[in-house]
Amino acid sequence: MQTELPHTGHPLADSVARFVWLLPALPLLGFALNGILALRAAATPGPADPTAASHDAHAHVAHPSGDGHGHDDAAGHHVARHPSASLVSLIGPGVLALTFGLAVAILFAMRDLGDAMHAPYVQTLFAWMPTGSLSVDVAFQLDQLSMVMVLIISGVGFLIHLFSVGYMQDDPGYPRYFAYLNLFVFFMLLLVLGASYPLMFVGWEGVGLCSYLLIGFWFSEKANADAGKKAFIVNRIGDFGFLVAMFLMFANLATLSFDGVGTAALELPMGGTLATAICLFLFLGAVGKSAQIPLYVWLPDAMAGPTPVSALIHAATMVTAGVYLVARSATLFSMAPVAQLTVAVIGALTAVLAATIGLKQWDIKKVLAYSTVSQLGYMFVGVGVGAYTAGVFHLMTHAFFKALLFLGSGSVIYAMHQAYHATHNHEDAQDMRNMGGLRRHMPVTFGLMWIATLAIAGIPPFAGFFSKDEILSSVFARTHGSTLADASWLGIPGSAVLYGVYALGLAAALMTAIYMTRMMLYTFHGPNRTGELERGHLKEAPWIMTGPLVVLGLLSLVGGWFNLPAITGGALGPDEALHHWLEPVVGASTAIVTNGEAAHLSHGTELALIGAAVLIAAAGIAIAVFRLKPADLKPAKDAPAEQGLEKTLLNKWYVDEAYDKAVVRPTLGISRIVLWKGVDTGLIDGLFVNGTGLLMRAFGWLGSQLQSGRVGTYAWALLLGAIAVLSAFSFR
Amino acid sequence: MTMGNQFYPLLYGFTFYFFGLVAVASAVLFVTRKSPVAAALWLVNVMFCLAALYIMLDAQFVGAIQVLVYAGAIMVVFVFVVMLLNLGHPSELSDIRGKAGRIIAGVLGLALLAEVMVLARSQFPAQLTLPAAVTTDAALGTAGIIGPIAASLFRQYLLAFELTSILLLTAIIGAVVIGKKRGPTDAG
Amino acid sequence: MLAESLALSALLFTIGVVGVLTRRNAIIIFMCVELMLNAVNLSFVALSRLYGATGQVFVIFVMTVAAAEAAVGLAIIIAIFRHRRSVNLEDINLLKG
Repeated sequence: MQTELPHTGHPLADSVARFVWLLPALPLLGFALNGILALRAAATPGPADPTAASHDAHAHVAHPSGDGHGHDDAAGHHVARHPSASLVSLIGPGVLALTFGLAVAILFAMRDLGDAMHAPYVQTLFAWMPTGSLSVDVAFQLDQLSMVMVLIISGVGFLIHLFSVGYMQDDPGYPRYFAYLNLFVFFMLLLVLGASYPLMFVGWEGVGLCSYLLIGFWFSEKANADAGKKAFIVNRIGDFGFLVAMFLMFANLATLSFDGVGTAALELPMGGTLATAICLFLFLGAVGKSAQIPLYVWLPDAMAGPTPVSALIHAATMVTAGVYLVARSATLFSMAPVAQLTVAVIGALTAVLAATIGLKQWDIKKVLAYSTVSQLGYMFVGVGVGAYTAGVFHLMTHAFFKALLFLGSGSVIYAMHQAYHATHNHEDAQDMRNMGGLRRHMPVTFGLMWIATLAIAGIPPFAGFFSKDEILSSVFARTHGSTLADASWLGIPGSAVLYGVYALGLAAALMTAIYMTRMMLYTFHGPNRTGELERGHLKEAPWIMTGPLVVLGLLSLVGGWFNLPAITGGALGPDEALHHWLEPVVGASTAIVTNGEAAHLSHGTELALIGAAVLIAAAGIAIAVFRLKPADLKPAKDAPAEQGLEKTLLNKWYVDEAYDKAVVRPTLGISRIVLWKGVDTGLIDGLFVNGTGLLMRAFGWLGSQLQSGRVGTYAWALLLGAIAVLSAFSFR
Repeated sequence: MTMGNQFYPLLYGFTFYFFGLVAVASAVLFVTRKSPVAAALWLVNVMFCLAALYIMLDAQFVGAIQVLVYAGAIMVVFVFVVMLLNLGHPSELSDIRGKAGRIIAGVLGLALLAEVMVLARSQFPAQLTLPAAVTTDAALGTAGIIGPIAASLFRQYLLAFELTSILLLTAIIGAVVIGKKRGPTDAG
Repeated sequence: MLAESLALSALLFTIGVVGVLTRRNAIIIFMCVELMLNAVNLSFVALSRLYGATGQVFVIFVMTVAAAEAAVGLAIIIAIFRHRRSVNLEDINLLKG
């Protein structure tokens, strides 16, 4: 890395921000160091052998469900601690702490600049692809949006790294785990800091790789490896969209940098085909990465990975990359109202669909997984209607409370496992029917989880309330006097579509409140169903794990203050701080959507909307509290099978089965019959490979016939040749 | 051409055509004879005619060695071999190909001839008339007949000349080795 | 007489070619090759009147090579005859690999 960087003339160039390249470089360093330790461990057989995990797990943990959650078993007191565990524990979270520190320093440098920070600071490291008409540099773009993302990634990432130190401490693959986690943070920072779509795509693919590696972290269990493959393959569909969008941009806009595309996009005709096509393909990429309809199916399966991974990658950061992509391409999307409406509708539908599935899951992590899909839908609704600030705001608050929920569930699972392990019981430690009454055994986790639940349900003053309310009120505000309301989506007027989206948003909010309360009731309230013997072993997780929970709980509590609605009038603090912060990046795009007018509703309407949202959330909680009876619940092994709608919801609307029948099996069938038997065996092997051989043999046979060995024949051939050559000269 | 006779060109032309026609006729007879001995003798006749033409074309030395080496030495070897192998017995079947083969060979021969003629015409357009200066008496007188050949052979082509001697030596050894009758001990 | 000489050369060469094609006796084919060499020699001699004595030098070389060729070729034919009791090329396909 170069230390003497070209002076760009940007006011940030002289500040601490010139070390922006260190942000991704530090986790990369961590990856390298941990990777070396992991390889050294792999080279020395014994307890450090990663494959030892599988033997151990098979011997002590049974998985009646077969989906391998049991591997979240960190107790393993019989497994020797990894020899270099303490070094890894220092490096892994350490580089994240440094990254976060640097990010905060840069944040203050940016804040000091104030209004002078109107243009992004782009630091070019070196030319990456200098080709004829396309030149892509490895350049980092530092602006308000990427800063928010960097802070979330490094901050929440650091907390989750800390949690992992406790959660994974006895895992034989401990250094490998931290190597992957550091690598993930590196790619994620590359994704948000890259100054062009191709560099972003590198990060995009990189986080996909890390996601794959970490979902299949306990790869010796086939279900985990399959879940990793599923995530990877489903994401490829989205990546195809991302690639096509880049091709379209290069072919039509002749640039791939964010700056260049943003400028060129403004030249495009409003609502034109090109802008719409680019946006829809970009959105396809976002749909894959951020688990929206129809590509959401990988995310629930991704819960096969360690729980901190679920928190970091599959809740707080990576899955929000799609939202970031849309926000980053705000100018383009503002030029394509139809694409924006598509984003909003898909987001709203996903929010509702995932929420319905979440209502009836028994696996605590599955509930949270569907909740994540649902909340991601919310974010897309936000960025879809051009309320980029609201979308990013929800992204941020969601990172806080969802990381908290996942880590909290991790603590619960950890405790359950410790208990089951102590008695050598082989029950499913993630099934809520086996929990209940845990509030008496782990009060800290219980309290923090309730904060997160109220936050996600949208109860003031918790963080989720502000962000969710802002999204919903933005949708309502767009129904009149915006480009979206004037556009037509599949023949439906835009304003009608937006009312529908708003209604779906409310419905999703109601169900969110219900299923989250249900999860809390079944897990922490009512009588304990773990078992008589195990009950005594249930206890709070160590402080290295609960510490990060406390910090996240605090953030979930006060996260809303980052962007208080204008209606508070600055009574509680600076109102709309995030909005003003992001103004230089997305303000212009939002203004295009709102036809240049301020996007605010009248105070009366806004209060009414807030009231409705809070009422619905409260109603959801009330419904759950009064309808559900944790006391009647039976442990998983005694529970009766579900019937009717419940069964359909438990089986996730049979979407996986439908995909299996409609897509996977036909693809496999076509692959087998057409591609393998037909093309590969028939065409390539038969015609091309063997056919070429046959042709050559035929030629060889012909040639051998010429070689009769008779001089007379040769003389005739010689003469014919001579005549042919001479005639070529004669007839010239 | 030393004679200043006015009939000389006519006589020269007559003689030239005579030997030429005899050469062609002998060649045709050579190709069509069934007996190898007869064929060899007609070939010798062709060579004599060619020797005469060489002399008429002011290549007296070449004409002489044509008679000595070709007709006198090489063809004799051929006839010796034919007789040694006792070929050309009247009872033997003819070695000439069937009618179809002969016709096709004839057609191909005509095609080749026509092409060579066309090429000769197009390659040497107007120069086929003899430049007078080359064969003047004076030119012949100063250098003699063999002089120019010797000068060329032993100066310009000396290396090639020496190499031919090696070639001949090799040929002699080769012929002896190949033609040697193999005893029972080294048969293989 | 130059044009006539070249024409005669071409004619004799063609007769030699036709001989090679129509005969099967190895010795006669060999003699046909000799005829073709002679035809070429005639061309050399005729053109030497135009271009100097080099053509005649070449004729001498050709004769030398022809002599060497005759020695080796006839030795081969004798060897083959000893082995096969025939010089008919139809019976001989030793060149077949």
